[in-house]
Amino acid sequence: MVEIVNRPYAKAFETFATARPDILCLSADLTSSCEVDGFRDRHPDQFLSLGMAEQNMLSFAGGLAMQGFRPFLHTFSVFLYRRPYDQLINSIAYSNRKVRLMGFLPGITTPGGITHQAIEDISVMRAIPNMTILECGDATEVETVLEVADSIDGPVYVRVLRGEVPRLFSTPFEFNKLRTLSEGDDVLVVTSGVCTEEALRAAEPLKARGIGVHHLHVSTLKPFDREGLIKAARGKKGIVTLENHTINGGLGSLVAEILAEEGLGIKLRRLGLQDTFAHGASKPYLMKKYGLDASALVSAIGQLLGKDLDIGDAELEAVRIDTVHSAQKAEAL
Amino acid sequence: MNLSNQQTTEDVAAGIRKRVFLHTMRNNGGYLSQACSAAESLAFLYNEALTLGEPTLPKVPLPFGGVPSATNPDAFTGAGYHGPFAPEFDRLIISPAHYALVIYSALIQVGRMDEHALDHFNVDGGSVEMIGAEHSPGMEVTTGSLAQGLSMAAGIAWARKRKGEPGKVWVYMSDGEFQEGQTWECLAAMAYHGIDNVRVIVDVNRQQCDGAMSSVLDLGDLAARVASFGVTCRSIDGHDLGAMRAAADSAEPGKPLIILANTSPYQGMEFLKKRFPRLHYVRFKSADERREMQTAIAAELGVDEAEIARA
Repeated sequence: MVEIVNRPYAKAFETFATARPDILCLSADLTSSCEVDGFRDRHPDQFLSLGMAEQNMLSFAGGLAMQGFRPFLHTFSVFLYRRPYDQLINSIAYSNRKVRLMGFLPGITTPGGITHQAIEDISVMRAIPNMTILECGDATEVETVLEVADSIDGPVYVRVLRGEVPRLFSTPFEFNKLRTLSEGDDVLVVTSGVCTEEALRAAEPLKARGIGVHHLHVSTLKPFDREGLIKAARGKKGIVTLENHTINGGLGSLVAEILAEEGLGIKLRRLGLQDTFAHGASKPYLMKKYGLDASALVSAIGQLLGKDLDIGDAELEAVRIDTVHSAQKAEAL
Repeated sequence: MNLSNQQTTEDVAAGIRKRVFLHTMRNNGGYLSQACSAAESLAFLYNEALTLGEPTLPKVPLPFGGVPSATNPDAFTGAGYHGPFAPEFDRLIISPAHYALVIYSALIQVGRMDEHALDHFNVDGGSVEMIGAEHSPGMEVTTGSLAQGLSMAAGIAWARKRKGEPGKVWVYMSDGEFQEGQTWECLAAMAYHGIDNVRVIVDVNRQQCDGAMSSVLDLGDLAARVASFGVTCRSIDGHDLGAMRAAADSAEPGKPLIILANTSPYQGMEFLKKRFPRLHYVRFKSADERREMQTAIAAELGVDEAEIARA
């Protein structure tokens, strides 16, 4: 059974930041919600509380970065780009400042509804020159994303997972490299964030029906491991993307762009929020309702292959990652 | 023009107005009113208040070096005209980027930029842009979208204070920026964090793009509002250099200093009063109007009209 790690970010950030005095932890009144309350209490000299005032926080962080500090901004994903978008552009992105935007509760992982759900953040961030976009898919990536983000010469936006996070991978976050979770000849499945765990639920049932699934997990959305995608896509009967985000402008769109530019002519199904806002409810409920779950993936694969796969919900319940292997043994799951 | 190092601040202010006027007439329009209101403040900053080193950029402005990115080593900022970054030197953050022409004129007047640098103004491929950005002379940050300069300056100042640097962070602002919520967010943050190495001069000319601020969104008793945020606020006649010196010396420990320089948008060019309240950008509707303004303002500033023709 999969290991569940409790609050991996809290410990990882403290270890990371205390070893680097030029790192500053900035917060906008969501300190415990972003798991940096312990850090605040134990390392007040590296912590700056800027209150519920994100526009000022982003510009202020630009000023800190100009003086050689490397500010890590902590708040919910949605508050890092919607209200302070102009500040993100003019105080941070244009000048390519080393500001790290640590976004919590991405997509529908929050029951907070429209106001709290960052469902178009990747789309918006992808459109910003100089921006790097990272997304954590498990506890290991949460634990190891900080050093990756800190190594980037320019602004970085990170979708972080909080609370109880499954450990799916045994190797650290690797910048701009797709993780191969399984190899197969029929379909290519490309997933990111919490959707990767969902896709893993479908691995065994699909294998049992003889469907060869090549599964790639994406943790760097910008830039993008284009060659890795093209290599995996060639010869497949279809491709499915699954993301905790609107299908416009995120993972599905970027895969579509690459397929079109390469002239691969492979059918693509983009799973995610189908150009709709969501609302406040539990993550499992919303993932089911909006087709972001294993069951939606299985039906999309069935449609692409023209087969009725007859996989019921009961079969998809467990995360059977213990039996998933890749030729590279990259994940040693 | 005489560019002696021994200029009085009054001379610098007069030089700024004259240069902006000449440029506006020669180019058939410009941000003329901003020179009227800002001349004393900028002359005070560059001639007296700021502790700056010698410029690190060539006197003749460089072409645009490309947008900043991880892969562009040629990008630069216009802060080089304020000299090198060093712990003891001050910084000056220009927030209203549309004051660019006035800033450039000030840099020329104090000898930090070439006498003919305005020949590069608003020329394609150059760095001396009409609405300055961080590559434009005197600019260090990109503030054409107003009210972000103060917050960036606050971040710079917090960092400098943390590192024990004695240099101050000066900010030049316009009063219209107090209509943006971010300005108030920043005042609250500076007061809370005791960022007392910030010195702000605000051009309170009560004008904005649409006209008089009272007709757009009046800010009432701005001094009381600013002071109520827990910062030190001095409200002065922005054309009175004595008052400005006293205000600049009146910072209090633990608080940023905000100087509201109450100014006239036609100070030194009373003829502009005729155009009130459309002063944000001065352009001419007819040759007659242009001729009339040229003669009147040239007389006010003591400029020989023949000098305008020598463009």
